[in-house]
Amino acid sequence: MSLQTWSARHAQTLVGSLGRIAQQPMAAAMTMAVIAVALALPLLLNVFLDNTRAATADWNEAFDLSVYMDKKATGARAQTLAKQLRGRSDVAAVRVITADEALAQFRTASGFGNALDALSDNPLPDTLVVTPAPAASTPEGLEALKHAIAAAPDVQTVQADTEWVKRLHALMDIANRVLWLTAALLALGVVLVVGNTIRLDILNRRAEIEVMKLVGATDGFARRPFLYSGIWYGLGGGLLALLLVGIAVGLLAGAVRRLAGLYGSEFHLRGVGFGPSVVVLGVAVALGWLGSWLAASRHIKAIEPT
Amino acid sequence: MIRFDQVHKRYANGREALAGVSFTIGDGEMTFLTGHSGAGKSSILKLIALIERPTRGQVFIGSQNTAGIKPRGIPQFRRQLGVVFQDHKLLHDRPISDNVALPLIIAGVPKREIDKRVRAALDQVGLLGKERSRPLELSTGEQQRVGIARAVVGKPRLLIADEPTGNLDPDLALDIMRLFKRFNDVGVTVVIATHDVHLIDQIGARRIVLGDGRLAAPAVVNP
Repeated sequence: MSLQTWSARHAQTLVGSLGRIAQQPMAAAMTMAVIAVALALPLLLNVFLDNTRAATADWNEAFDLSVYMDKKATGARAQTLAKQLRGRSDVAAVRVITADEALAQFRTASGFGNALDALSDNPLPDTLVVTPAPAASTPEGLEALKHAIAAAPDVQTVQADTEWVKRLHALMDIANRVLWLTAALLALGVVLVVGNTIRLDILNRRAEIEVMKLVGATDGFARRPFLYSGIWYGLGGGLLALLLVGIAVGLLAGAVRRLAGLYGSEFHLRGVGFGPSVVVLGVAVALGWLGSWLAASRHIKAIEPT
Repeated sequence: MIRFDQVHKRYANGREALAGVSFTIGDGEMTFLTGHSGAGKSSILKLIALIERPTRGQVFIGSQNTAGIKPRGIPQFRRQLGVVFQDHKLLHDRPISDNVALPLIIAGVPKREIDKRVRAALDQVGLLGKERSRPLELSTGEQQRVGIARAVVGKPRLLIADEPTGNLDPDLALDIMRLFKRFNDVGVTVVIATHDVHLIDQIGARRIVLGDGRLAAPAVVNP
């Protein structure tokens, strides 16, 4: 068989299998809808996770480190350290709060003014507020920066509230795993649904397959239209899933923008991008093909003319 | 072309369809397999088309011992064979031309060549101009002609038919038999299973008579 004949044959089968699907639009639509729902669930979860990541990326200021200088160190020492830290690539900004400023703030903010007058000297140390660079705003990066600063001379303690950052990341990690587990289970579901649809399709066309085998068709030849049907089911289901997710994102976008506005944020909900959409369609087609291949290989082999 | 050598066939349900059948059909010969129903006619055709395998004994087609053909070799083997069925076995959702083209599509013949040969085959069975009709729009006799066109479109050297006139009235049946005779005249080996002895008399060809899975003596069966 020449390559031209071969590819013409495949193109013909591809279009032919689409025609056969179109003959039973309701049944095909139901199969595609089941695939779409199965794909839309992990896809939505993924959109949610991506947006959470994007939203929390703006929260760098929440990761500031407070550096308390030794009481015995001079104010000049704090300024020198601040200058050193500003030179580091993992530090975005350093603000110095001298002991006097701190005391003045505390006096007005706390209302303990009279009590403070009773103290013979200022109990507060000089303080540096260090804002890490965005690239260093991971639990590991903050930990490293914290250790580096703590090792500097005249530093009493470095305080970083990294615990909740770690917790957030751990939560997102769990959500990510749930996403993949769900996706794997639902992918298996898609394979089974397509496989079952193709199995029924094959049983309905039993007589036709028998005739084909009688006039010399190989199993591969008899299987081909069913593989293409599986590909169409996958593609249809994938497109429908993207549509569902698009609608869901559209419905949520307004509410999310309002919430972000209340926090004074410009954040807006992002849907599935073009690249990921192509990947989703590719996965859907591959699952459709796999499901039909498993069903067709088994059931077509079993059909022999009598 | 065909040689059966002490062929036994026992089915899974225990029925013994053939009990030691031996015969030879020469290249270019036209042969009728006759006998009452259940005599083993269909079993012989199924063994020739590799739909069934002998329980014992050997079947040779061409110079090939069919015992040596593995399952994956069966499609290739069947492409050299034309088969006609009593119930036509046409695909009702496709036009006549697609039904006739099926063996060529399976064999991977280029499209232009297919169109030419499908028209030639339909011309031979007198159905030129019906390419776009669906099988159910045709009469039973015409449907059988489509079945024959599909069997010969691949230019097989061996054509086998199982009760091809079983559902036809006598005039149509004779037409169909004459059609087989014409293919035989151009060198195709033809084997037809039928219980219609009147028809055989009108065509005049060699007959192999079966009874209870054995070859019956020719003298016993003459009508």
